[in-house]
Amino acid sequence: MTEPLLSIEDLEVRFRTEDGEVAPVTGVDVSVAPGETVALVGESGSGKSVSSLAVMGLLPRPAGRVAKGRILYRTKAGETIDLAQASPDRVRRLRGAEIAMIFQEPMTSLNPVLTAGEQIAESVRLHLRLDRRGALRRAQEMLELVEIPAAAKRLHDYPHQMSGGMRQRVMIALAMACNPRLLIADEPTTALDVTIQAQILALIDRLRRETGMGVLFITHNLGVVAEVADRVAVMYAGRIVETGPVGDLFRHPRHPYTAGLLDSLPARATRGPDGRRHVRSIPGSLGRAAAIRDACAFAPRCDRVREECRRTAPPLEAIGVDRAARCLFWREM
Amino acid sequence: MIRRPTGSRNDASESGSPMWTSLARRLGGLLVVLFLVATMVFFLTRLAPGDPAAIMLGDQASPEDVARLRATFGLDRPLLVQFALWLKEIATGNFGRSIFLQQPVTTVLWDRAEPTFFLALFSVAIAALVGVPAGIVSAVWRGRAVDQVVSGLALLAANVPSFWLGLILIQFFAVRLGWFPVAGYGAPGASLGERLEHLVLPSLVLGIVNSALITRFTRASMLDVLSNDYVRTARSKGLPESRVVLRHAFGTALVPIVTVLGLTVALLIGGAIVTETVFGLPGIGNLVVSAVLRRDYPVIQGALVMVAGLYVLINLAVDLIYRLVDPRVTA
Amino acid sequence: MNAPALLFLRRLFRRKLVLLAALVLLAIVVVALAAPWVSPFDPGAMRVVRRLRPPSAEHWLGTDELGRDVLSRIIYGARASLGIGFSVVLASCLTGTLFGILAGYDRRLDGPIMRVVDALMALPDILLAIFLVAVLGASAGNVVLALAIVYTPRVVRVVRASTLVVRELPFVEAARALGVGTPRILTVHILLNVASPILIQATFIFAYAVLAEAGLSFLGAGVPPEIPTWGTMIASGQQYADRAFWTVLYPGLAIVLSALSLQILGDGLRDMLDPKLRKAL
Repeated sequence: MTEPLLSIEDLEVRFRTEDGEVAPVTGVDVSVAPGETVALVGESGSGKSVSSLAVMGLLPRPAGRVAKGRILYRTKAGETIDLAQASPDRVRRLRGAEIAMIFQEPMTSLNPVLTAGEQIAESVRLHLRLDRRGALRRAQEMLELVEIPAAAKRLHDYPHQMSGGMRQRVMIALAMACNPRLLIADEPTTALDVTIQAQILALIDRLRRETGMGVLFITHNLGVVAEVADRVAVMYAGRIVETGPVGDLFRHPRHPYTAGLLDSLPARATRGPDGRRHVRSIPGSLGRAAAIRDACAFAPRCDRVREECRRTAPPLEAIGVDRAARCLFWREM
Repeated sequence: MIRRPTGSRNDASESGSPMWTSLARRLGGLLVVLFLVATMVFFLTRLAPGDPAAIMLGDQASPEDVARLRATFGLDRPLLVQFALWLKEIATGNFGRSIFLQQPVTTVLWDRAEPTFFLALFSVAIAALVGVPAGIVSAVWRGRAVDQVVSGLALLAANVPSFWLGLILIQFFAVRLGWFPVAGYGAPGASLGERLEHLVLPSLVLGIVNSALITRFTRASMLDVLSNDYVRTARSKGLPESRVVLRHAFGTALVPIVTVLGLTVALLIGGAIVTETVFGLPGIGNLVVSAVLRRDYPVIQGALVMVAGLYVLINLAVDLIYRLVDPRVTA
Repeated sequence: MNAPALLFLRRLFRRKLVLLAALVLLAIVVVALAAPWVSPFDPGAMRVVRRLRPPSAEHWLGTDELGRDVLSRIIYGARASLGIGFSVVLASCLTGTLFGILAGYDRRLDGPIMRVVDALMALPDILLAIFLVAVLGASAGNVVLALAIVYTPRVVRVVRASTLVVRELPFVEAARALGVGTPRILTVHILLNVASPILIQATFIFAYAVLAEAGLSFLGAGVPPEIPTWGTMIASGQQYADRAFWTVLYPGLAIVLSALSLQILGDGLRDMLDPKLRKAL
């Protein structure tokens, strides 16, 4: 394996709220190598989006902060910096230039009063130091790159004149405009139609292959994970509970939560005694599991729970070279 | 109206006509508003106790004199006829004659326009120059010390009666310190500089009160806009925070802020009424108050209809700005 | 200052201030209601020999141009000023809610009602108010009527907007589908759901009405001067302001204190009742 581009170690994020401090992320360890797609999977509220915002230095201020851990990033210049410790200005200069992000809501993520071209060109002018015309030409190239028809015309369109899928293409063009080395895609297809979803996934994958960038792909959809990811990190209640290469992890889950997620995939539905297909679901909900500190956070919903699980917080234990699980009894899986 | 996303091309940019029809529809609606104001003003005035002719002639007048005067002003015709005639007149810009001042209402209003115009100009300028930056600063540093100071001051200023503030400023700056004239607009024929000197304190009073409102509104709009996804997108591009705030957030918040500034101008006459009375400025506000106290109905009616007309005009102007600034507004 | 201390200050500032405003308001209301017992002097008792006396141990806030005790007049003035303000709130909220729900629920009534609302809002508050008082005649009752007409459109707009939203909510549609009659849907389902915006608006209108009443009385187009309200006190003290500044200062402070408390309370209610704002906090 090549040296990682991004390596998040033992990340903890805290938010101050009116009702006191909360920690939506308490134990995240993920790394992304160049040219690799790593999927960060979890249900909503598991802390996956907050983790990605921490990498971007975009935690809401002044409420949110990185309380613990490191976010190591290897820059184009070859030095390794800790994004959690670096000055906001240093992180800002990397944003958009080396680390880019696309968001879940294509409908609201673009500025309604600026044209697609202006929004892309703005980034290009800042980071690539092109003049106005050069930046617009670059914007048009980017729209062509993301396969938007009649790009020269679309350059001057406003977001409200485009469909959701096309807006997400513009978002991708925007993110790719300065040749980023790391792309964070936060549920980029969730809000889109299924057919458009597949196109967008294929587009991101093509761009990754062509540019060799690393992709941190955040999703709750295991079907999408199977399609795009090289490696998977499963999150539950603010912690990584299992990591591994996608094929291995899908075949041999080492954490009951991962197993539950896989079982709830419609493709894996089992036939019940009546001959119908049954989609299994994990009972219960995430609830306030993030607050659990001295026990396994998944214990309340786990069908293999034992007495020890309620007393000890399990560590993320390495299994072989490339796998890890946060379960006291992973051997029994 | 905000167009739904259709994926199709913007039809307004092709023909240009939908914008004009919608603008025409808007104009129609505003004319209805103007007509309703005129109707309300006319009929409510006629409900009022006291015969203007009798009031004008005083206690000594004979019934014949009163009747003659009523005939002169057309007060003896049926109400609906009077209304129709009046509407016809105001449509041509004729608001009748002031009963008390014995001059055309338009002349009377025009004579008083200067101090009111300057007062409005200066106080809106103060409100915009103080209120908009203060609101932005307050929103960007929400919850910090600077926000608490700005928001606190704005809250206080929004709840101070302008006439009382005026009296206090007069006591302090005019009576005690002697920096500014106490009241009035200078002797007749006073130089522009002297007249403007008389406007400093009144403009300050109205400016303070209005900047409080603009600050509060700007802060709220900015907070609203700053929570949008596209602001996060702008940050994700690595733009400096100043550019995120000024171009991406303020760029969209500008539209509602301009609207409110426009309405402030339109509604400023209300503030001018009180302020002009406190400072003895011979403006339109002062004129309206004395017309009300003297039951000088043509002046009251004329002033109200013209203020409503101003409101309608400014609304139209704001609407036009909307269309120029915000590409989403078409239908 | 470090971050947690700032947070603490902010929270203190936010909620404690609302609490304080509510307490101040309560105190003013209690004093107004208990005026005959708490007021040191008869507010109308004139003693010309003691006219325009500065604040002293006997007259805490001094005396006015007729030798009347300023504090006592402020206390009785609270009755009139707050009484008028509260009546305005009651009247405008009742009529505004009625017309707002009708406009929001019945498409045929929407146009006409909203045009009238637009027309009323095309005139500045104070201009419309002095015009109405002039037409109706200057009395406390007519001031209430005039200000109620001025502020009703605000309530209509808020209630109509909420009704339009609530009308489309699943439970209202479900009620309609179940054959629940329109009047019942209006009263129970919609009214319950528009209650909090009305409450917020009511608080603001109370503040505006207190300020507007004072303005009208100051202009001589409001409550007759013999009734002590904060506005009439400032109006009559105006010409003695250079000699007896307390006759203007203290009634004004009473206005500021009341309006400010109401405004803070309204802001606080809005923050606490509006789930969108709460989340954004």
